[in-house]
Amino acid sequence: MEFAFYFASGVAVVSTLRVITASNPVHALLYLVISLLAVAMCFFSLGAPFAGALEIIVYAGAIMVLFVFVVMMLNLGPAVAQQERAWLTARIWIGPSLLAIALLAQLLYVLFSDPSGATLGQTSVSPKEVGIALFGPYLLAVELASLLLLGALVAAFHLGRHEAKE
Amino acid sequence: MSWLTPELIDVIVQVLKAIVILLVVVVAGALLSFVERRLLGLWQDRYGPNRVGPFGMFQLAADMLKMFFKEDWTPPFVDKPIFTLAPVVAMSSLLIAFAVVPVTPTWGVADLNIGLLFFFAMAGLTVYAVLFAGWASNNKFALLGSLRASAQTVSYEVFLGLSLMGIVAQVGSFNMRDIVEYQQQHLWFIIPQFLGFATFFIAGVAVTHRHPFDQPEAEQELADGYHIEYAGMKWGMFFVGEYIGIVLVSALLTTLFFGGWHGPFLDALPWLSFVWFALKTGFFIMLFILLRASIPRPRYDQVMAFSWKFCLPLTLLNLLLTGTLVLATQ
Repeated sequence: MEFAFYFASGVAVVSTLRVITASNPVHALLYLVISLLAVAMCFFSLGAPFAGALEIIVYAGAIMVLFVFVVMMLNLGPAVAQQERAWLTARIWIGPSLLAIALLAQLLYVLFSDPSGATLGQTSVSPKEVGIALFGPYLLAVELASLLLLGALVAAFHLGRHEAKE
Repeated sequence: MSWLTPELIDVIVQVLKAIVILLVVVVAGALLSFVERRLLGLWQDRYGPNRVGPFGMFQLAADMLKMFFKEDWTPPFVDKPIFTLAPVVAMSSLLIAFAVVPVTPTWGVADLNIGLLFFFAMAGLTVYAVLFAGWASNNKFALLGSLRASAQTVSYEVFLGLSLMGIVAQVGSFNMRDIVEYQQQHLWFIIPQFLGFATFFIAGVAVTHRHPFDQPEAEQELADGYHIEYAGMKWGMFFVGEYIGIVLVSALLTTLFFGGWHGPFLDALPWLSFVWFALKTGFFIMLFILLRASIPRPRYDQVMAFSWKFCLPLTLLNLLLTGTLVLATQ
């Protein structure tokens, strides 16, 4: 599974780079979908198929659809691609690149200080274990998240209701 | 022949089985276009295609020849890479999902621990075919069609997943083979999970955007919706993709609610398992076609209201009842 992991993570890195550099917004979103699928593959190869499947269902299958939906409505044409290209000058790259290099250095340090790769695909976490963990030690977090979602639902309903009918 | 170890032979047999299943699904999808037109004719009191060959059986070959030799016209105003990608996604995503369906005790492509979730993931990705086709076509009717498709699919996927959670709670596994085995020892799920069956069937029709949920391609208002700019083989892939969706949802209904390959006389004749599976799947495919033959198309807002105000509460109720029963009988 080690090969699968490195392959999928390579795809994820390249496609994420293309998300940033693509000048057409819809093409950038397509690369983002591919990047999410590659991250899901990483989860699969690390022995967490449940997390991988949820990553595809929730992020690639639902959230990204809404992103694409909104961008499609904006009717972006060649003019926007032109503008995007003008914005992506070399000067803009300095700050984000420095931050990314700092993260990369940290990642490399962790990888080389513990090079055994012992956690790679040694155990497989089944959906049942995830459920038991969520409703055992992490019960409070689940309840807080459900409260937040309920609040968001009520807010969305309030914003979307028709005032004229009432 | 020392390199032909038992493991290698095992791998080759598994790969061959997977290829056979793939071909059978694609051929069944292609044949359905003829079957559907004949059956629609029968139910609507007319003939349907009956000129080419005995009973019009070679109509399919004629249609395929026409589709292959048609000019594969890509309009100059479209976004080429995405325009080409969309039909590929349409045909392949549901075809890949077929991998988790256990056809018989020994036949099936992948025996995944998260089988059901894998189907949800692939069903979630199908919407991109319609979205990208509509956007890349650069045509307002296509865009309207794909907007409808995305809103409809996202709404119906919410309870597509929830409608099957009752089964998962009873079996205690996402594995399709476990679900089939459980039904052999207990009742078929059509009886204890009737609400789940009804809502999953509706959601399945909506996800394949078949009639009466074919809002994305409503001819009267949108002149064919998202695939209005497509021609030749690219259009053909959308067309076959829709039928593959029907085969997949029918096979899933059989596996999840009607005991999969189980049926009488299996102990004496084990090969009957495939016959039972095919018969049950065929029954649901007929049901899909009968729906198209008999029901008028609802308005778009009616489709959305039906999803959120009727089906979603129904699945939640089903899940609550199932959870109570599972806890009470433990």
